[in-house]
Amino acid sequence: MKPVPLSLRVNGEEQAISFAPYKTLLEVLREDLNLTGTKHGCELGECGACAVLIDGEPQLACLVLALECEGRSVETVEGLAGAVLHPLQAAFADLGAAQCGYCTPGILMTAKALLEKEKSPSKERIREAISGNLCRCTGYQQIVEAIEEAAQRLATGRRAE
Amino acid sequence: MKVLGKPRRRVDGRAKVTGQTRFADDIVLPRMLHMKLLRSPHAHALIEEIDVEKARACPGVHLVLTGKDFPITYGILPVTQDEYPLAPQHVRYVGDPVAAVVAKDEQTAAEALDLIAVKYQVLPTLSTPEEALETAEPRIHAYSERGNIHRLQAFEFAQKENGVDEALGKADHVFEDLFFYEGNTHLPIEQHATVAAVDPDGKLTLWSSTQVPHYVHRSLARVLQLPPARIRVIAAPNGGGFGGKCDVCNHEMVAGKAALMLGRPVKICLNREEVFYMHRGRHPVLMKFRTGVTKEGKLTGMHLQTLADGGAYGSYGVASTFYTGALQTVTYELPRYKFEAARVFTNKPPCGPKRGHGTPQPRFGQEIQLDKIAERIGMDPAELRLKNLVKANSLTANWLKVGSIGLEQCIREVVARSDWKKRFRKSGFGKGLGLACGSYLCGAGLPIYWNKMPQSGVQILLDRSGQVTVFCGATEIGQGSDDVLAAIVAEVLGIDPFDIRCVTGDTGITPVDLGSYSSRVTVMMGNAAIQAAEKLKKLIAEAAAEQLEVLPDKLTFSNGQVFFDGKALPFAEAVRAAEEKFGTLGAVGSYVPPRAPGRFKGAGVGPSPAYSYTACVVEAHVDPATGWISVPKIWIAHDIGRTINPVLARGQVEGSVYMGLSEALMEESAFRRLPPKLSSALVHKMPSLLEYKSLTSLDMPEVDTVLVEDPDPNCPFGAKEVGQGPLLPVMPAVANAIYDAVGVRIDELPITPDKVLKALQLKAAGKAPRVGPDRFPAVPYPEPLVVPPPWEGGDGKEIKRNDAAAVV
Repeated sequence: MKPVPLSLRVNGEEQAISFAPYKTLLEVLREDLNLTGTKHGCELGECGACAVLIDGEPQLACLVLALECEGRSVETVEGLAGAVLHPLQAAFADLGAAQCGYCTPGILMTAKALLEKEKSPSKERIREAISGNLCRCTGYQQIVEAIEEAAQRLATGRRAE
Repeated sequence: MKVLGKPRRRVDGRAKVTGQTRFADDIVLPRMLHMKLLRSPHAHALIEEIDVEKARACPGVHLVLTGKDFPITYGILPVTQDEYPLAPQHVRYVGDPVAAVVAKDEQTAAEALDLIAVKYQVLPTLSTPEEALETAEPRIHAYSERGNIHRLQAFEFAQKENGVDEALGKADHVFEDLFFYEGNTHLPIEQHATVAAVDPDGKLTLWSSTQVPHYVHRSLARVLQLPPARIRVIAAPNGGGFGGKCDVCNHEMVAGKAALMLGRPVKICLNREEVFYMHRGRHPVLMKFRTGVTKEGKLTGMHLQTLADGGAYGSYGVASTFYTGALQTVTYELPRYKFEAARVFTNKPPCGPKRGHGTPQPRFGQEIQLDKIAERIGMDPAELRLKNLVKANSLTANWLKVGSIGLEQCIREVVARSDWKKRFRKSGFGKGLGLACGSYLCGAGLPIYWNKMPQSGVQILLDRSGQVTVFCGATEIGQGSDDVLAAIVAEVLGIDPFDIRCVTGDTGITPVDLGSYSSRVTVMMGNAAIQAAEKLKKLIAEAAAEQLEVLPDKLTFSNGQVFFDGKALPFAEAVRAAEEKFGTLGAVGSYVPPRAPGRFKGAGVGPSPAYSYTACVVEAHVDPATGWISVPKIWIAHDIGRTINPVLARGQVEGSVYMGLSEALMEESAFRRLPPKLSSALVHKMPSLLEYKSLTSLDMPEVDTVLVEDPDPNCPFGAKEVGQGPLLPVMPAVANAIYDAVGVRIDELPITPDKVLKALQLKAAGKAPRVGPDRFPAVPYPEPLVVPPPWEGGDGKEIKRNDAAAVV
């Protein structure tokens, strides 16, 4: 199939690429933009591993055609940290929320979208927000605690590496 | 302790939260090609003809391989080398690979698969163990022990044959119960991926999502007929393993061959459906327990029979079968014990090891039966267990050596924290508490292939900059293998774990470690790491002592300093002094488990350097109108020996609780037959993450975790395993809690609302309020191998041979 051109903004950078038009956003991120931080566990919208933010909303990149993202803004795990970790990342690392780390990028992006809307969500709200992200390692408890901790760190402006 | 026991960010934590952990499918190499496998649509068939010409001619296709290209078999156990990378003639389950296409991209490879024409002669299929027992022909494997019975095992730990019947005869009560544990799968979120490449000097390098790079290395050498020195296997960090990446996989062998033939990198990543079919998950096991008990609540003996559905290949099955009976004795004292086991072949995806390997199934039965015993003799279930606990530093009837056992404290913790005494049998209809315990290995005592070499090796390199690099073949699968390695070396050398670089899971540059399975890593790698680090510490101390003018054995290594009595050297300067004195600094350490006391044939499965212990209380609420089960809270206490990193240890316990609860309530690898016009094939009922139910964040209860520390002298700083043991008591505790809530026994897993409702209806009709298996088929178990227990004058050898059990 003939490649098609596309312009989109990924992690704040303008990207102009061309790729086979059947490709999903997940494939374009991983294969054409070398952003392998976004993972896949099913490519059918079942596991949540590929969650990214599109215009600030969590979306499953495996169910979005890259062509639908013309002119839109996409955020992936690679965009979270600069010189220091995002408070969510620091809390995940400190509190055991990432074991194998495979579902982690998707959960981090989902949690980021939550914390941008709600400054201090309850445990129930957090559980609800990440209920589409499967994790086989943790039992979710340490993930929920890390998101709560990150909300606090964000509220107090505390940054941690 | 400066490092151990303190909550800490894991050393690879940053990589994991930034998405920089490089999993196998994240590896992209120049000129890389992509591979797909064609899999059998039939559960049992002979291949009459394969025509690959059209696929080969397809633009973008570089290579097509079939079974003809792979004349040599492999298999994880030396006794079951029964798999071909691509089946040359005989396919045994839906999903058995028959051909491979390598193409410029995945899409082209997938399209070319459709152009391969395979003509099959369909054979009758076996779907259940009962069918396998009754159907000797056609045989799924010619090597099976008898018809389609893969393996039979029988042991009687008594001074004479029928000694267990004698012990049961003397009991006040004999309980006979049947249980069934449905199979289920690992479901790691990462799908298996492999990249194979020919490196510049012509050798093969293979990156894979594997828990066992050493065994993949050995199998590649065998299948590809290459010297092992020309193959390097690198275990990429696994995106979850749980035993699902413990076996050697078809795609690893085929990718290796394709890369060598093409001289280009070849990648394959399985799709989710393929992961379900590759399986190697929990064996479905039917069990019959006969247990004797005195009216005072002392167990007099147990007779356990198991029947495991192995699926289509051997995999770890011979070991799994032994494990369905090996660990019944390490928790509660059993004066006499008889164990008979069988594994059969069926035309379903092969079963293998999943978290707890072969032991969750009998643990489910044993702990429910204890609950029934306690009720019948009018004793509290916690008291019954406490009364029968195995003693520390003792031998069991089947000659396993138990070291430390912190189970009493574990039971007391969960009983106190759950307010058990006030709530058990007193919570009112619909609400209940259930208790169960468990025990697990801290590493299998014997390696998979017989040898006397170390099961784990660690090498440490120091240089004048103070830099410490630790090499070990151990494999990071999420459990924190690298963190344990860094923490132990840091503790010995008195430095920060973040100042250590771990190089792990690479057969080309790290000493052999057998892999991440059987909960062996902390104990085996940890002991090897201590040995290596202590050697270096000695050299550094000698050199530093000269500089500081003190005696070497007076020096303390802590906080990045080497010091005594106000005199100190920074660690890096002490290393520099040692390099000046001794030359280049490096040391190795190795670990071989202690020899197990059992001397009978079959004594190789069950021994471990130490055993971990767990107790668990589950609270369950049952809606009698719908059978719906909710679990608001679980209390769990695990005897970990000593905690290396409490953050990770808690994560392992809670992850085990999660997986156990998910197995208890919903996970099942169930199969169905397609209608005859669709080939009658046996297909997975639910090969997707939506249909294969697992707990989400909304379903997971609050978990109250306690780590009990009863250090074991065989373990590094006393630290035992924590990755598998805590799963074991969860499933029976759920069943026992449901009984406490509504008075029905569900003696099979998973425990779904329909089963609870059915049992409630039976209860209302005045029938036995139980759902579970009601018959155990006739299994031709052989005459048992008779081994007297230590207290009946035994020396660990058998006094009567059973020929089947002799072939291990």
